[in-house]
Amino acid sequence: MIELDQVQKSYQVGGRAIPALHSTSLTIETGEVFGIVGHSGAGKSTLVRLINLLERPTNGRVLVDGENVTHYDAAELRAFRRRVGMIFQHFNLLSSRTVADNIAFPMKLAGIYSKQQIRERVAELLALVSLTDQGNKYPSQLSGGQKQRVGIARALACRPTILLCDEATSALDPQTTQSVLRLLADINRELGLTIVLITHEMDVVRRICDRVAVMDGGRVVEMGPVTDVFLHPEHATTRDFVFESENIDREEMREDLAHAPGRILRLTFRGESTYQPLLGHVARSSGVDFSILSGRIDHIKDTPYGQLTLSLVGGDLDRAMAEFDAADVHVEVLR
Amino acid sequence: MEALLGNVDWSEIGWASWETLVMVGLSLLFSVLVGLPVGVLLFLTGKRQLLEQKVAYGILSFIVNVLRSVPFIILLIVMIPVTVVLVGTSLGVIGAIPPLVAGGAPFFARLVETSLREVDRGIIEATQAMGANIRQIVLGALLPEALPGIIAGITVTAITLVSYAAMSGVVGGGGLGDLAIRFGYQRFQTDVMVITVALLVIFVQMLQMLGDRLVLYFSRK
Repeated sequence: MIELDQVQKSYQVGGRAIPALHSTSLTIETGEVFGIVGHSGAGKSTLVRLINLLERPTNGRVLVDGENVTHYDAAELRAFRRRVGMIFQHFNLLSSRTVADNIAFPMKLAGIYSKQQIRERVAELLALVSLTDQGNKYPSQLSGGQKQRVGIARALACRPTILLCDEATSALDPQTTQSVLRLLADINRELGLTIVLITHEMDVVRRICDRVAVMDGGRVVEMGPVTDVFLHPEHATTRDFVFESENIDREEMREDLAHAPGRILRLTFRGESTYQPLLGHVARSSGVDFSILSGRIDHIKDTPYGQLTLSLVGGDLDRAMAEFDAADVHVEVLR
Repeated sequence: MEALLGNVDWSEIGWASWETLVMVGLSLLFSVLVGLPVGVLLFLTGKRQLLEQKVAYGILSFIVNVLRSVPFIILLIVMIPVTVVLVGTSLGVIGAIPPLVAGGAPFFARLVETSLREVDRGIIEATQAMGANIRQIVLGALLPEALPGIIAGITVTAITLVSYAAMSGVVGGGGLGDLAIRFGYQRFQTDVMVITVALLVIFVQMLQMLGDRLVLYFSRK
C-alpha cells in the first residue's frame, strides 16, 4: 500500500518557491492499477516521482507498506528503489548495452545476484515480454513497442512490488499501445504487482485502471473508481478528458440536441444490464417512442458499459423512467 | 632526389618521429588519466546535476579555464621550474611531458564534460530509479553512454598534443618539432622542414582516421 500524506512539492526558481504540487493525500491499494491523468504541467510526473523519491516532497510523508520512505538514508533508499520498478515515455534504455544487458543492469547494480541467477532471470523476462530472440540486439535495432517491452522487463528484473509508469504508451502508436497495455494488465494480474501509471490519455485509464485520480494545476480534482469517474465525471477537467477520449465534439452535440424533439435522457448501463434488451421492452410497456442521438458501448477494464443519449416522444415518460430505474440503469435528464 | 633532399638525415628523422610518438603517447595517456576524472567532476558538480556544488564547480572550472587560456608556448616556459621538480629535467622527451599534460588535460576535461552533458537525462533518472549510487551511475551508465563522444574527444586531444609536442621543440623538447626548428629554421634547411611538416600531417591524418573508426565502432545509436 502506498500512502501519500499531505505531500507537497515546490521548486525554487529565482529565489521564489513555485508550487508544482499542492498538498495532496491519496492511498493506492496493493495490487491495484491506479491511474493519474492530467494535462502536461498538471503535476502528475511530480506526483509519481514522489513515490520512489526521484523527487523529494517539500512537505508531507510518503508511506510504502507503512514505512515512511522519506526518512530512509542513502543505502536504504537504494534498496527501496529496487522494490519499485519504473518505465518511461522514452524508454530510457542504455544504447550502449544489448537488450539482455539492459535487463540485467538493475540486477548487476544490486550486487546480490550470481551470474547464473542473472542469466536465468533475463531469459525468463525476455520470454515474459515475448522478446526471446532479441536478447543480443541493441535498443536502436528495436521498434518503439519492443523498446518499451525491454523497459518493462528491466523494471521487473529485481522482482519489485510496485511498478511506476511514466507516460509509458505516449510515444507509441495505437496498436502498440494496446499490446503494451495488455502486457501491463497481465503483469498486474499474474504477479499481483501494484501499478501506478500517469498518462494524458483517458483511454489508457479506461482500459486498465481500477481507480483514477484526475489532476489539474497541481491538485487532484477528482478521484475514484474508473467506472464512476468515467461515466459520471464531476469536474470540468475530467469531463474534458472523457469527451476527448470518446471523440465527442461538444458544440456538435449541443446542436444535435437542439434539433431533437421531446425529452432528452442519457442512460448509463453498467455490467450485465448492458446486454439486456431493455429499450424495446420499455418502449412497448410505456408507449414512448425514442430515437438514439448518440451512444457508445464499450468496456472499462473488465466491466462492460453502455451510454446512450435518447430523445423520447409521447407515451408515459414517468413509467419509462421508473422502469429504467428498476433495471439499474442510471438516468440523467438533459432536457 | 639526392640534391632535392640533400640535408635530410633519415635516421635522424626516424628518431625524431619516434620521440614525437612517445611524447604524444605519454602525454595523451596522462591527459586522459587526469582529464577524465576532472571532466566527470565538472559534469557532476555542474548546475542541476547529481552533485550540484557551486563552489567546487567554480574552482575547478576556473583552474581549467586558466590553463586553457594561457598560450601553450607561454605555458611551456612558465612550467619549466615545475617540470624540473616533477621529472628532474625540463629538456628532451621527458621534460616535455608535464607541460603537454598541463595543456592537454584541461582541454580533454572540457570535452568529457560536454559529452557527458549530451547523455539523455532520462538515462540518469532511470539508473537512479534502479537504485544505483553515484559511482554506479557514472561507471555503469554515464561513461558507457558517452563513450563515442569521449573517444572523439581523445582524438581531438591527441591531435592538439601533436601540435603542442612540435612546439615544445622551441624549449628543447625533442621530436619532429625540435628537428624542424634546429635544422629547418635555424640552418635554413628547407627540405628538412618540408619532411617534418609532411610527417606531422600524416601523423594527424592517421590519428583522425583511427579515432573516427573507433567512434563508429562504439556508436550504437
